[in-house]
Amino acid sequence: MAILRYSFYRFGTMLLTLLVVSVLVFVIINLPPGDYLSNQINELKASGQSAGVAKAEFLRKEYALDRALWEQYMIWMGFMPGPHGFSGMIQGNFGWSFEFDRPVAEIVGDSLWLTVLVNMAAVVFVYATALPLGVIAAAKARTWADYTSAFVGYLGLATPNFLLALILYYYGRKYLDIPIGGLMDPAFEGQPMSWAKIQSVLVHLIVPTIVIGTAGASAMMQRLRANMLDELGKPYVETAIAKGMSPSRMLAKYPLRVAFNPFVADIGNLLPSMVSGSVLVSVVMGLQTIGPTLLTALKTQDMFLSGFVLMFVALLTLIGTMISDILLVMLDPRIRYEGRDA
Amino acid sequence: MTHLPDGRFVDDAPYDPQQSILELERRDLDAPNWLLVWRKFRTHKLGLVSGVFLLLSYLLLPFMGFIAPYSPNYRNADHLYAPPQSVRWVHEGEFIGPFIYPITAEADLETFQWKFVPDESDPRPIPFLCKGDSYKLFGLIESDTHLFCAPEGATLFLWGSDRLGRDVFSRILYGAQLSLTVGLIGISVSFFLGILFGSIAGYLGGKTDWLINRVIEILRSLPELPLWLALSAAVPSNWSPVAVFFIISVILGILDWPGLARSVRAKFLSLREEEYVRAAEMMGASSGRVIRRHLLPNFMSHLIASATLSIPAMILGETALSFLGLGLRAPAVSWGVMLNDAQNLASIELYPWTAIPMLPIVVVVLAFNFLGDGLRDSLDPYS
Repeated sequence: MAILRYSFYRFGTMLLTLLVVSVLVFVIINLPPGDYLSNQINELKASGQSAGVAKAEFLRKEYALDRALWEQYMIWMGFMPGPHGFSGMIQGNFGWSFEFDRPVAEIVGDSLWLTVLVNMAAVVFVYATALPLGVIAAAKARTWADYTSAFVGYLGLATPNFLLALILYYYGRKYLDIPIGGLMDPAFEGQPMSWAKIQSVLVHLIVPTIVIGTAGASAMMQRLRANMLDELGKPYVETAIAKGMSPSRMLAKYPLRVAFNPFVADIGNLLPSMVSGSVLVSVVMGLQTIGPTLLTALKTQDMFLSGFVLMFVALLTLIGTMISDILLVMLDPRIRYEGRDA
Repeated sequence: MTHLPDGRFVDDAPYDPQQSILELERRDLDAPNWLLVWRKFRTHKLGLVSGVFLLLSYLLLPFMGFIAPYSPNYRNADHLYAPPQSVRWVHEGEFIGPFIYPITAEADLETFQWKFVPDESDPRPIPFLCKGDSYKLFGLIESDTHLFCAPEGATLFLWGSDRLGRDVFSRILYGAQLSLTVGLIGISVSFFLGILFGSIAGYLGGKTDWLINRVIEILRSLPELPLWLALSAAVPSNWSPVAVFFIISVILGILDWPGLARSVRAKFLSLREEEYVRAAEMMGASSGRVIRRHLLPNFMSHLIASATLSIPAMILGETALSFLGLGLRAPAVSWGVMLNDAQNLASIELYPWTAIPMLPIVVVVLAFNFLGDGLRDSLDPYS
């Protein structure tokens, strides 16, 4: 039951962190001078359209933008009754996008799931490539296999991923006929789920997954290799070899299991950079994730929209980190969080 | 040294049995730390080459105006998207030193593109140490002498020209000035904050430690890029390019310090129990003095190595921000701003040379990684 208790504890800290993050996000989206509506009011006044001004003023009242900043925050989060009673993030009302003139929830809609999908695919990709490559690089240390994988790994770390995206698209299209841009064929957009749609999404997912995952995979691979090398020098490995165990079986049975834990724990460090990478890559590749939405929202100072997207991105990484922490406790019996004498 | 017939080498100096065999080793043991580090670092070939390369690049930064044949925003309206011109040496079997064939633009009425045809009967030698656009050496001394420039009446686009007919090669050189320094300014900010908070947390412990630790955890668990985006979106658009540049590098630094602070804290926790710290405290040294004089020098080198490893992230960050149009803006030239032109597939297919700025980015980032690895491996000379 210790694990259950730890999971509850970990969930609690995650909620607390999320609360702090919400303050941070709110401050950041309020950093630019003015807000969307007051900018609009100034613009309308300058061009002498008084009808629009009245509407904008009404909206300002409606969304409590005329109140003090801390009150705005409380109302946004739903800790304090706004003009329409308690109706904030925790009540499931994500606010109104002034730029698109629609509720935020409606705009982000599908893209939330696609964001989760893209990032999960990237995590799977990272594990699927880093695990075998790291083990091979360590087992065949200082041979051409090791050097090649190190070279590819360094290159993966050094290439800006948006460029990798363009290059992969270009050559993927040219030689493998991989579709360019988007996460599904335009014909399927807004259609209900079907087998054809899933297939289309999968094919479109290939390049984004590789692009987002590459940097993480190379970092992970190098760390796994280092951990494996540490373990391979230990006496128990020698004993196993001396007793006539086959090398591959020996690798899988002993050193890998020890080196595996940091590998799992690492996802916590990796996830933030991967999610932020996916935001950038989505903009370049035109994926229907929340990346492009965030960019337009930030550029137009559409604060409720950008605030929600930032919160969502943060939540995604926090959940990922939490899962990796809990997994680690389940995997490694030596780690105990409940204190020394429990 | 004598080479004996059986293949051994023997020292000619007479053998003195009285001489202590420990003496030579003693000299090694007493060598200053930096010497030991340097000896070990020297064997790390890749790190050494990268270090020399980076040192050269940074030393050359003030002279970029001299090396570049054009000024960064000089437009050659007749040569939009001109392909790279190759420098040749031999014309019709005759060696005449470096020269180029002048290119002229011709409209291709089938594809509606400009085609650039070299005139292969007219070799134009490249002049060296010649007069060209004026620039400022070190940002102070006005000068118009260039290392080499375009021949009279012709163009010299070593790496082609971009959408507005500006020389990509010159722009890459000028772009280096901003792209390379962004990392340095950013890392200074992050270094300062990291050491400050890390040492306070590690040295004072208790509630302060708890608080700083939570802040570190929160900042580390957040995706950087969206926050960078949000912060840079808050930079007023009417600021001068220089101000934007500074604020962007500070933003990059502000979000980078937690990693550094964590390692500083960990070191402090283990070091503050040492006797010499106790001794200094008993002699009445203030916390600030203990931290600065006794603790920090202990792992400064370690910090420098990890700082080297986080510069690449900042360079890539600047590139990404500028690429999205939220970082440095137009009159300023950085590699990210240049790549803004290569944003779509069409330009990569038709004008692949607009993506050349990615080469220096990859090379510099790799060099920083190798240098950092080399430093990290050689920092503990006693192991």
